[in-house]
Amino acid sequence: MSHVLNGSEAAVNRLNGSSHSPNVVRVIDPRARIIASVLFAVTVVALHQFMALAAAVGISVMVMLAARMPKGRTLKRMIAMDGFIIFMLAMLPFTVPGEPMFHVFAFPASWEGFYQALRIALKANAIVLMLMALVGTMESTTLGHALYRLRTPEALVHLLMFTVRYIDVLHQEYQRLRIAMKARGFRPQNSRHTYVSFGYLVGMMLVRALERSERVLAAMKCRGFSGRIYIIDHLTFGARDAWFAVVGGLTLAVLIYLEWAYVVAY
Amino acid sequence: MSSLIELSDIHFAYPAHAPVLNGVNLTLEEGERLSLTGANGAGKSTLLRIAVGLLKPTKGNVCAFGQERRAEKDFHDVRRLAGFVFQDPDDQLFCPTVAEDVAFGPLNLGKSRDETMAIVDDVLARLHLSDFHARITHKLSGGEKRLVTLAAVLAMEPQVLLLDEPSNALDEGVTERLIEILNELPQSMILVSHDPHFRRRIETRRLHLHDGQVSTPPEPKCKHAANT
Repeated sequence: MSHVLNGSEAAVNRLNGSSHSPNVVRVIDPRARIIASVLFAVTVVALHQFMALAAAVGISVMVMLAARMPKGRTLKRMIAMDGFIIFMLAMLPFTVPGEPMFHVFAFPASWEGFYQALRIALKANAIVLMLMALVGTMESTTLGHALYRLRTPEALVHLLMFTVRYIDVLHQEYQRLRIAMKARGFRPQNSRHTYVSFGYLVGMMLVRALERSERVLAAMKCRGFSGRIYIIDHLTFGARDAWFAVVGGLTLAVLIYLEWAYVVAY
Repeated sequence: MSSLIELSDIHFAYPAHAPVLNGVNLTLEEGERLSLTGANGAGKSTLLRIAVGLLKPTKGNVCAFGQERRAEKDFHDVRRLAGFVFQDPDDQLFCPTVAEDVAFGPLNLGKSRDETMAIVDDVLARLHLSDFHARITHKLSGGEKRLVTLAAVLAMEPQVLLLDEPSNALDEGVTERLIEILNELPQSMILVSHDPHFRRRIETRRLHLHDGQVSTPPEPKCKHAANT
């Protein structure tokens, strides 16, 4: 991917509205990034030893730093993800039988459960961080193109593309309606009027979305749509991506070695 | 001169509504830039949609490019030969990037990838949009979206353009550019517009839609519009 080094990539990045400068992660072929994160996820899920898991988290953090993601925002998103699993993690020590660690109202919390919770937390965070660093930094349209080239069913890719295309339009429509409500003195309260008004808002959004979809289809028909959407892209797999594959492969090998070495040693 | 589009005695009503069109007769001749005026809800957009078969008239005939068109199949050709520019560019630009959107039409016509890319380059260059290839469609400004929808329709090399309020919500600069572009195009067009200044600079003939029928309209009240 030698072309990425000259100015054209920077120009394309600007055009794509990506505010980030090109860096180590962003210049790698999107397909390689998707495959790498999937392999990383599969490997990490299979790990069991804390040494290996800690290494996996470390690697994810390093990739995140290499991708120059804004730290604050990334951590916030991580915490949001942790929010989904926090209850399961908190319950695990009480539900897994084993050597008691402490008691809460006579309910024993086991060390085994605690370790299990810790493992799941490490795995989840390592994988999510890696996904955000490798895949989350792509333009969504690039993701669509890459998935298409990776032979993802066309219908799914188009679904993704349409969602990306119109989610913003719908959001703007929502904002407009919401502002129009505010302009007429609407303030949400715990009242029947509030619920009815929000009901109208949601209903109106649905009606408009349906009507828009009909207009979009009409516009597509006017341009001879016959059931096939063509995707044009310029993805090329180059030496840089080959290096990325080698380094990625070695990294996974190290993780697997850490796991295996521990099993053999003890 | 042969007429490109001929609508005769068109009647139309949306379900459970009073009729919008009540025996409309409209002919578009070669080289003509016909503007269509009328109050909101007078049926201007409806008439354009009937012309390309997106709506079926309850009564009347649509004759386009020398043939009578009735069934959905008859209209496939019409839609290629009559490029429809929709009122809301967001309805039309559904592909992620500008190049893909402009390529959508030619690819549907069975052009090869190379031919298509040549057409895309050519059309974008003609509208001075060459830098727009890789731009993401939903991040374009309103004016840019409008020009890209026009490019997307021109890429199909239509003989007629049907423009539904193309100057809607455009700033003066873009409107000016659009006027220049439209005046340079060889295509005949039907132009629906509420903006008398815009209309006046493009139209060669005008029709007014009122009470479901068309007539030659009165002069506009605004003097500037009348003089230009």
